[in-house]
Amino acid sequence: MSTTLFRTIQPNHFTLLTTALLRTRTKTSRHISVRCQTSTTTQQPRTSAPKNHGSNKLDEILKDYEAVIGIETHVQLSTSTKAFCSCPNSYGSHPNTSICPVCMGLPGALPVLSSKVVDFGVRLGLALNCSLSLKSKFDRKQYFYPDLPKGYQISQFDVPIASGGYVDVDIPLEFGGGHRRFGITRVHMEEDAGKLLHSDAGDYSQAMIVDLNRAGVPLLEIVSEPDMRSGVEAAEYGSEMQRIVRYLGVSNGNMQEGSLRCDVNISIRPIGQAEFGTKVEIKNLNAFSAMSRAIDYEITRQALLYNQGQADKIVTETRLWDEGAQKTVTMRKKEGLADYRYFPEPDLPEVILTQEYVDSIRASLPELPEAKRRRYEAMGLGIQDVLFLANDVSVAEYFDEVIGKGADVKSAANWLMSDIAAYLKNEELSISDVKLTPHELAELIAAIKDETISGKIGKQILFELLAKGGTVQGMIKEKDLITDPVEIEKMIMKVISESPKQLEQYRSGKTKLQGFFAGQVMKMSKGKANPALLNKILLEKLNAKE
Amino acid sequence: MPSTAASRILEHYRPPFDATAVKKIKEMGGIVVGKTNMDEFGMGSTTEASAFQVTANPWDLTRVPGGSSGGSAAAVAARQCMVSLGSDTGGSVRQPASFCGVVGLKPTYGRVSRFGLMAYASSLDVIGCFGSTVADAGMLLHAVSGYDRFDSTSSKQDVPEFDTQFLSMDSFESKPLKGVRVGLIRETLEEGVDSGVRSATQEAASHLEALGCVVTEVSLPSFSLGLPAYYVIASSESSSNLSRYDGVRYGNQVMADELNKLYECSRGQGFGGEVKMRILMGTYALSAGYYDAYYKRAQQVRTLIRKDFKAALDHNDILISPAAPSAAYKIGEKKDDPLAMYAGDIMTVNVNLAGLPAIVLPCGLVEGGPSGLPVGLQMIGAAFDEEKLLKVGHIFEQTLKGSGFVPPTLPNVA
Repeated sequence: MSTTLFRTIQPNHFTLLTTALLRTRTKTSRHISVRCQTSTTTQQPRTSAPKNHGSNKLDEILKDYEAVIGIETHVQLSTSTKAFCSCPNSYGSHPNTSICPVCMGLPGALPVLSSKVVDFGVRLGLALNCSLSLKSKFDRKQYFYPDLPKGYQISQFDVPIASGGYVDVDIPLEFGGGHRRFGITRVHMEEDAGKLLHSDAGDYSQAMIVDLNRAGVPLLEIVSEPDMRSGVEAAEYGSEMQRIVRYLGVSNGNMQEGSLRCDVNISIRPIGQAEFGTKVEIKNLNAFSAMSRAIDYEITRQALLYNQGQADKIVTETRLWDEGAQKTVTMRKKEGLADYRYFPEPDLPEVILTQEYVDSIRASLPELPEAKRRRYEAMGLGIQDVLFLANDVSVAEYFDEVIGKGADVKSAANWLMSDIAAYLKNEELSISDVKLTPHELAELIAAIKDETISGKIGKQILFELLAKGGTVQGMIKEKDLITDPVEIEKMIMKVISESPKQLEQYRSGKTKLQGFFAGQVMKMSKGKANPALLNKILLEKLNAKE
Repeated sequence: MPSTAASRILEHYRPPFDATAVKKIKEMGGIVVGKTNMDEFGMGSTTEASAFQVTANPWDLTRVPGGSSGGSAAAVAARQCMVSLGSDTGGSVRQPASFCGVVGLKPTYGRVSRFGLMAYASSLDVIGCFGSTVADAGMLLHAVSGYDRFDSTSSKQDVPEFDTQFLSMDSFESKPLKGVRVGLIRETLEEGVDSGVRSATQEAASHLEALGCVVTEVSLPSFSLGLPAYYVIASSESSSNLSRYDGVRYGNQVMADELNKLYECSRGQGFGGEVKMRILMGTYALSAGYYDAYYKRAQQVRTLIRKDFKAALDHNDILISPAAPSAAYKIGEKKDDPLAMYAGDIMTVNVNLAGLPAIVLPCGLVEGGPSGLPVGLQMIGAAFDEEKLLKVGHIFEQTLKGSGFVPPTLPNVA
C-alpha cells in the first residue's frame, strides 16, 4: 500500500524512499495513524507511537504535521417510497420507471413528507447520541443541474433534526487498536438527486442522459466533527456508520450501490498551529480501504508541499480518488463558496416531534454495535473476536442466540469465526442463509464439550448441518457412532495387544502414551468411538494390574 | 389540454394529471369549457405580460381586463362561461373582478388545494373563483374546497355548506344585515385613489348601513408596508418555483452543446421580460448577504400585517375597501412603468400576506368607456370565514339598485 502512495510523488524522493519503504512498509501506516499528537478536540488517550527505525525521510516530514479530517456521509434510506411522493424506492429499476409529477418537478406538483423518513432520522440521531430538535424545518437548497428536477433540493439548513452527538469506535488491532470517540456535528433529512449518465464518457458534445429513478429518494446526511487524524481512523468511522445504519435497519449501507456515500474533507497543519490549513474535499470513494488510502495519499501530498514551502499550492478544491492510479486528482476548483440561496421550504410544514414519540423510538432501538462490543468484552472474549462478532448485526444476533441457549462463549465464537465464516465466504452466503440453526450449533458445542463426540466428528457434522440442515442428534445417529462399551473394549484390547512396546512404556511411566492408544482406537473405529467412553475404558485397561 | 401559464416555455406542454380543483369539478359533473389567458406565470396586472395575446376588457375593448387572471374575469363578464377559476397571489382574482364588473372570490390560504396550480409564490398562492353573482362564485368555491393529501399546506378545516345559504331576496328582512360590524380601512381611501373609486366605496358603505350594518373606520398601521413586503416575498419564492422550467424534462428546449448555454437559451427565450425581472429580483433577495435584509425582514413585516388584521377583525365581522385605486386603464398605459403597475396592487396584497379570505363584487360605475367602467368593493373576512363573506356579499348584491352589471358588448343579456 505504502509503495503505491509514493510512486507519484516527485521522482527525486523516490530513490531515497524506496529502501526505507521496503524496510518499514508495514509500519508506515501505523506511524501515520498514531504519530499525531492530541489536537484541540477531545480525544481519548492514544496508544504511544513506536520509535522511528533509522532515517525514513518521509516519516520525518510527516511527523511535523497533523491531519484534520471530517467526513460527510450520505445514507440512502431503505423506505418503501421516496421522501416526498409515493414512487417506489427500489434500486436497479429500468431508467425513469419510478417517477411521478412530484419527483419529476412537473408544474403544479407539491411534496408531501413520508413519516418514515422522520422515524429513521430520529432513530439515527438517537443512535449517534445526538440532541434532537423537537421543532425542525425543511429548506430549499438551490442550484441548477440536470439531475435536480425542481432546480432545488429539499434539505435542512439551519435547524437539522439532530445535532451534537458522537460515536465510539474500536480501531482494528492490525492498525494499533484502541478506542476513539468522534464527534457528530449534525444529522439532517434531504432528498437525493437523479443520476446522470454520459452517453460517451469524456466527450462533452455527446448528450447527458438523465435517470430520475433516484430523484426524491430519502437521504440522511451525517456531518462529523473534524476529529479524525488518519486514514485508519476515518475508515473506522465510516465502517461504524455502516454498521450502525445496518443495525438500525434504516439503510443497507452498500457503498457499491451508492446507499452509503462518504466525502472526506481534509487539511493538514503544522503541529502546534491552532488555525486549520486549507481544506480539500475528496470524492468518489467506493470503499473504506480506498478512503484510507486516499487520505494517506493526500496527507503526504500536502505535507510535501508544505515542506517545500509551497503550501500556497494547496487550494480549496474537490479532488477525486483515482482508484487505478491510486492518487487524488483535481476535479474542480471551488471559486469561493457556492451560494445555495437557502430559504425555508414554503410547501412543507414544520416537523414537530413530541417527547413521547422520541422516547418510544428510543425504547425500540436495538443493542447498538458499541454496546455489543462492550458486552462481548465483558464476557471475556478477546478484542479480535469482539470486533468480528459485532461487525455484522446478523452474525451478532446469531451468536447471541447460540450463547443464549447456554453454549460456551469461547467455543461459539471460535466456530463462527473460523469454520462457519470460511464456509460463508466459500459459498458466498450470509449467516441468514445457513441451514445450521443457532439451537443446533449450541447442541453441537455441548456434544463436543461432554465428549459425546470428538472434535473431528463435530467438524464433519458442522459442515453437513451448514449445507443441509438437520439436527445434531440426527447426525450422531446417522454417523453410526460407536457408543457400546463392549465394542469399544474389544477395540481397545486389540490395540493394546498389537502395541506391547508402547504398553510397556506406558506402564513404566510414560502416561502421555495414552493419547497414542486413544488415537489408534479412533483410527480403528474410523473416528466413530465415543471419546469419553473410550478414554474411560482405556485408562482402566492401561492401569489394570496384569 | 395544453397548459402554458401563458408562457412560451410551456407552449406545447400538456400535463399528465389534473389539478385537484379541476378533478373535483369534473367529479361533480362540471364541464370544462376551455382555458383562459393570463399574465405569464401570474406575474402582472393586465394580461399584457401574456406571451400570446392581450385580453380586452368587455366593458371597453381598449382597456385592460386586469390581471393576472384577466382572461377568466373577462370570460365571465362576457358571459362566455358561467364561472371560471383563477389564481390570486397578490390580487390576481380580485382586481380583474373589479375591472370587469364580476364577482371574484379569494378563499383563505389552505382552503383549496394547490396541487396542480403552477406555483408562483407558494406561501401566497390560492385558487379563486369568478362568477357573475356571489352565489355562483360561492357554489364554485364549495365544489373545489377541502383538504387534499397531495398538498401539505391544505387545511383540514371543515368546509361549511356555504353553497346553500343564498336565499332569495323575498325572504330578506328589512334590515337583513342588522348588527354586522363593518370596518372601512382608512388607509385605502387616502391619496392615490381615484375620486370615482372613493365615492363608489363610500356609497357602498352607506348601502351596507342601510342594510343594518354598523360601519366604522378602522386603521391598519402596517398597511403601506404590504406592497414592498409582498414583492420581496413573491419574487423570492417565484424565482425558486420557476427554476424547474429549464427545458430539460418538458417545455421548450433550445438545443445547445453546453449545459449553461442550454439553460440560458431555453429560459432566456422561453420567459418574458416581466418574469425575468421578477426572477432576478427574487434571486438577488435570497442571495448570500441579502437574505436577512430582504426575505427574512419581509416575513417579519408579514407578521405585523397579520397582527393588524387580526386586531381589526376581532372587533369587526368584515373589513371593506376598494379593490383597486382606479377602474380599468388603457392597454399600454402602464406597460413601461412597472412600479406604477405594482402600485395598483396596494389594496389587495395585504390580504394574501395575511392569508385571509376576501370577495370583490361590483358596487358602482365610474366614467369611462362606452357605458362607464365598473368598480368593485372588496370585503375581507377572518380566516376560514368565507361563509360570512358570502352571506354579506349576496345580500349586498341582491339589494343593490340598478344592479346587473352587464358590459355593453352584451346588450341583450340580463
